[in-house]
Amino acid sequence: MSILINKDTRVVTQGITGKTGQFHTKMSKEYAHGANCYVAGVNPKKAGESYEGIPIFASVKEAKKQTGVNTSVIYVPPPFAAAAIWEAVEAELDLVICITEGIPVRDMVELKDKMRKAASKTVLCGPNCPGIITPDEIKIGIMPGHIHMKGRIGVVSRSGTLTYEAVGQLSDLRLGQSTAVGIGGDPVNGLKHKDVLELFMNDPGTDAVIMIGEIGGSDEEAAAEWYAKECKNKKPIVGFIAGVTAPAGKRMGHAGAIISGGKGTAQEKLAVMEACGIRTTKNPAEMGKLLKSVL
Amino acid sequence: MKIHEYQGKEILRKFGVATPRGKACFSVDEAVKAAEELGAQLATKVWVVKAQIHAGGRGKGGGVKVAKSLDEVRSYAGQILGMQLKTHQTGPEGQKVRRLLVEEGADIKKELYVGMVVDRVTQLVCLMASSEGGMDIEEVAAHTPEKIHKVFIDPATGLKDAEADDVARKIGVPEASVSQARGVLQGLYKAFWETDASLAEINPLILTGDGRVVALDAKMNFDANALFRHEDIVAMRDLDEEDPAEVAASKFDLSYISLDGNIGCLVNGAGLAMATMDTIKLFGAEPANFLDVGGGATTEKVTEAFKLMLANDKVKGILVNIFGGIMKCDTIATGVVAAAREVHLSVPLVVRMRGTNEDIGKQILKDSGLPIISASDMADAAQKIVAAVSGK
Repeated sequence: MSILINKDTRVVTQGITGKTGQFHTKMSKEYAHGANCYVAGVNPKKAGESYEGIPIFASVKEAKKQTGVNTSVIYVPPPFAAAAIWEAVEAELDLVICITEGIPVRDMVELKDKMRKAASKTVLCGPNCPGIITPDEIKIGIMPGHIHMKGRIGVVSRSGTLTYEAVGQLSDLRLGQSTAVGIGGDPVNGLKHKDVLELFMNDPGTDAVIMIGEIGGSDEEAAAEWYAKECKNKKPIVGFIAGVTAPAGKRMGHAGAIISGGKGTAQEKLAVMEACGIRTTKNPAEMGKLLKSVL
Repeated sequence: MKIHEYQGKEILRKFGVATPRGKACFSVDEAVKAAEELGAQLATKVWVVKAQIHAGGRGKGGGVKVAKSLDEVRSYAGQILGMQLKTHQTGPEGQKVRRLLVEEGADIKKELYVGMVVDRVTQLVCLMASSEGGMDIEEVAAHTPEKIHKVFIDPATGLKDAEADDVARKIGVPEASVSQARGVLQGLYKAFWETDASLAEINPLILTGDGRVVALDAKMNFDANALFRHEDIVAMRDLDEEDPAEVAASKFDLSYISLDGNIGCLVNGAGLAMATMDTIKLFGAEPANFLDVGGGATTEKVTEAFKLMLANDKVKGILVNIFGGIMKCDTIATGVVAAAREVHLSVPLVVRMRGTNEDIGKQILKDSGLPIISASDMADAAQKIVAAVSGK
């Protein structure tokens, strides 16, 4: 089992004709069941053409009608990315994974408001995220497939390479992953830690979870508090928060990774997680070992 | 991106927010001339001379003075221009004052606070207002949170009349001035929204003796991801206020932030970069910088990154931590070797590589003949560089 995506997921790539979209669509298509999963691309100006044998349609709606896609992955450039997400929402896809980094926050505030008002059932992951992978089934995004291993550990993270780090450590310990979810580093986004934890808690194929956060906001605290209230002792969670040494008021790469108004420090997050029954480590080289110790 | 107070006030005025009359000045003579020009219409018979730097807390640091005569304007302008202004936000070395704002003095009856940010929980723009103006709002939030009133604004409608009026009354705006306050709050919201601001703050917003509502200060920060659609705001950027190393880094699409330690670190990915810094600290040293080379690092980028780190003379060692995914370890290894040769690296260098083509990458480092210390994981790497720097 897994969460969000599996070998039966059917994917449309929005931005399939750009350099990034092409590269990652090809890599993803070559991973596990990718050849069956990647069935459509979108570009209004190139409808009727194809890339790597994947037909290109004028719109997401048309792609859905013709191929039955239920999931979209977005590589569209930042100025147009929020509109691309909205197109996928209007086509009523189940899941939209937006890889694009650098979308203006205002565009996301408007988009999320529209999604709420439309009571949309579409789940958004990202933006500014590496994507989602269910090992040996399907990879949607930019993560290196070969470091993953099929198994029963869930991974959820705000940062890309730090997710790979955790996955690499798990695979080295022969602990495979059920699904690894990169929720992205932007302040206004889709899936939050809490949403993904909830999915993992209800997934019979997941035994334990690594949750990786970073400075800024209060999503990790909200997730930890939800866990303590609803699911404590159901499945163990271990955590790491990046940014103990980050100075206040400085944006650390990700738009969302900033300590502002004294809020969102790593120390605060770690304290709340520990208080909620989530074991944490200050040594990112030991995330895998810590997870193994709680199994 | 940050701007100066006088630039923030220019923006607010465009959106109908009243501010004191004033002029930005770059010399003492300009300041005196500006004061003379304002003088004819002065109601209060005082001028305010304000240092323009991007950091807050200027008043406490001696960067804001009230002048009662043109001679005093000249004297204060002379004192403030060129001074190293130290505030709680500048760090101990302070920030050199290169610009002044000379304004008409205001008749302050009451000081209020209004500010706006994007709230991450509701994912909406949040208006925060308080009767406790002029103070550090974080202090107010910590000790008397009931004195901060919040409105989460619907992006489809903007700040509604009733919402603005309600907040104005709650923070003590008298009935006769409520409609003016509404104009200020709605103007602030429009300014925030239309310029893609990440922060807009008026502290204090004042009530004057004659019942006017005036922005005595203005602080605005902008979303770096939206600057592509705001040429006018980009033109307000003042590079003198930014760290030269960070400005240089941005030219090469490197994300770099100077810190106080002595171990330079070069990492791919922001989260992993922060984690690497944290690991250095965990093993007893301090990082000299945050540096994310991003996903598409080339030899040129890696070389520039090395130059940046080494331009900081506090740096006594370098730690490279790469998790190769799409970016291959051999590409990075080639870049590291070329960079180390080009800059004639003379400090210890520890490299930890993991992921795609890791073995080829390690071989390239080994074959280079350079004294590069190889590490197996992040903790091993941190321990090795800390030991090398402390001479153990």
